[in-house]
Amino acid sequence: MDRLDFDIAHLLAGGLVLVTFLLLYQDRLYALLNVYAVHALTLAAAVAWQAFIQGASHLYVTAVLALAFKAIVVPGALRRIVARLGIHREIETVVGIGMTMLAGMGLVALSMVVMLRVTSGEASPIAREDLAFALAVVLLGLLVMVTRRNAVSQIVGFMSLENGLILAATGAKGMPLVVEISVAFSILIAVIVIGIFLFRIRERFDTVDLQALDQARGDRL
Amino acid sequence: MTALPLDSESAVLLIPLGAAALLVLLPGYWLAARLNILASLLTLIAALRLLVGTPPAPGPYLLVDDLNVVFIALNTFVSFTTSIFSASYVGHELEIGRLTPRYLRFYHAMFQILSFAMNLALLANNIGLMWVAIELTALITVMMVGIYRTNEALEAAWKYFILGSVGIALALFGTILVYVAAQPVIGEGAESMIWTQLLTRAAAFDPALLDLAFVFLLLGYGTKVGLAPLHAWLPDAHAEGPTPISAVLSGLLLNVALYAVLRFKMLMAANAGAVAPGPLMVTLGLVSLLFAAFMLYRRRDIKRLFAYSSIEHMGIIVFAFGMGGPLANFAGLLHMTMHSLTKSGIFFAVGHIAQVKGTQKIADIGGLTESHPWLGWSLILGVVAIAGLPPLGIFMSEFLVVSSTFARSPLLAIPLVLGLLLAVGALLRSLNSLAFGAVKGSTAPVKASYAPLFAHLGLVSVAGIYLPPQLVSWFQHVSILLG
Repeated sequence: MDRLDFDIAHLLAGGLVLVTFLLLYQDRLYALLNVYAVHALTLAAAVAWQAFIQGASHLYVTAVLALAFKAIVVPGALRRIVARLGIHREIETVVGIGMTMLAGMGLVALSMVVMLRVTSGEASPIAREDLAFALAVVLLGLLVMVTRRNAVSQIVGFMSLENGLILAATGAKGMPLVVEISVAFSILIAVIVIGIFLFRIRERFDTVDLQALDQARGDRL
Repeated sequence: MTALPLDSESAVLLIPLGAAALLVLLPGYWLAARLNILASLLTLIAALRLLVGTPPAPGPYLLVDDLNVVFIALNTFVSFTTSIFSASYVGHELEIGRLTPRYLRFYHAMFQILSFAMNLALLANNIGLMWVAIELTALITVMMVGIYRTNEALEAAWKYFILGSVGIALALFGTILVYVAAQPVIGEGAESMIWTQLLTRAAAFDPALLDLAFVFLLLGYGTKVGLAPLHAWLPDAHAEGPTPISAVLSGLLLNVALYAVLRFKMLMAANAGAVAPGPLMVTLGLVSLLFAAFMLYRRRDIKRLFAYSSIEHMGIIVFAFGMGGPLANFAGLLHMTMHSLTKSGIFFAVGHIAQVKGTQKIADIGGLTESHPWLGWSLILGVVAIAGLPPLGIFMSEFLVVSSTFARSPLLAIPLVLGLLLAVGALLRSLNSLAFGAVKGSTAPVKASYAPLFAHLGLVSVAGIYLPPQLVSWFQHVSILLG
């Protein structure tokens, strides 16, 4: 394996982790959506590079999907939702930014330790480190989801988590296309579902803050 | 049916899919409900043909073996009875205006697609395909749970969506890790995702990677099984969605997710170096059982009560499979079957009760044996069965779980028995106020469809006393397969 190939793959996967960190401390919805677009862009570059060095042309499809759909269409659609609902105010976070960042660093360290130790065997180095980065992105995406109360930012957290999964899938050499298409497809469906939900929520409330929904729980009166 | 130009394997998948396409187009309630029943019946017949026929050779995508045939037969049977119950249930919802004809069309189509997705998940031989099918079931049920569009239903659907997606995402990561473990041994490409290939070559996989993969798969699919502490979506989803969907969720969908866990457990067992999956499953199972047993007290909503009871029973089943060995596996399989039949039967009764009383609050329902004797006594029979009292089917499977645990690790039997007894107490306490005492709420007669209810309860009652020897030997065979 060429040293440069390896380094660039490394750089792009590491970049994705870094952008996920950026997601963690955004406190405005528009900014969050912009960072998410950068996230998807980084993913597209990482996937395209994997396609190039593995000589796997079908991965370009995944890269283009990431670029067109996730970096352009979805953030655009979410931006319109935010504008229409008039919720471009600050995002309520559950815990402070400082604590969130510390937790994020802990999660990255955890995923490095776990993955690098586990895959010390015969797996190729590129797959190992891609998997470690991917796990970090997945865990950080989870962190974004749990530290936000707003529905739109939870969706962004979920989508960054899915980006981590795609990074893992493309890093695993020769993984069949079936899965990648299905992942992309599932995101499409997910967004439709989410869109419906947001508008349904809108019919009932004047906010998409999930705290408003929490009050509507049947059992805890 | 022999003239059908399809093999049963694809029929189980194509009938629901075709029916769904038709149901999207059909406007009327009457015809749609009947077509729904007919399609479910045809799927059941195809599944039974699969059960009696010789299994076809495993292909790259689909697989029929002794393990999944049990699940498919159970799945299609409960789908069929639920479709009968659903016809009378949604008829009432349409009358009182909780569902509009447009939503009803959507509901019927989704019912069939759900049936398709569950059968696909069970038949899949490719672990990627299995994941896709399970994700499809999650998406459909999310939409079904939110169909009433009340605040509570939307919150339940949103919670289910978020937790379900996270679970499904973790499961995909686990699936990728299994591929990474398989790839150096089997080689690149689709071959390394075919389950039958994986199983035969699993001994050579990197054990550490397999361990990590299993943790993700257990947590991911475990979320959909409803294991504590990942269960938070389950009570809400059961309580706020239409009751036929509660019946399908408890009776079938939890089993499908469990089936996925079992497949990967077999993979782990085939690799000598990998950590034994048993203790993990035993722990999760016990935690779910005890947690749900305590939560059963102080429930105010009747559907929530039985949703927690589902968590409890999934805990018992996962515990039994975690213990492993022929006897515990046998008990797990039997318990799973009995729980599916009983719990969906209970939801049939509860659906009619909630409709006639116009409420799901336990406090507002009382004296059912007096006001609606058939429903009241069916509910009593169902709850006695689900509580595991003799001589009904669940008593037998619970007895097997407990006795096999006592024989092998008596210390584990203490929390197990404690959880079981706590659950019995909670259920009987609620049952007392529901079925006896002063009549509360409406006493209007019900237009209920009793046939599915009696069919389920009848099967459970008979199974407590007599199990056909063919069934026993079949389960024994599968228990040995499970290891």
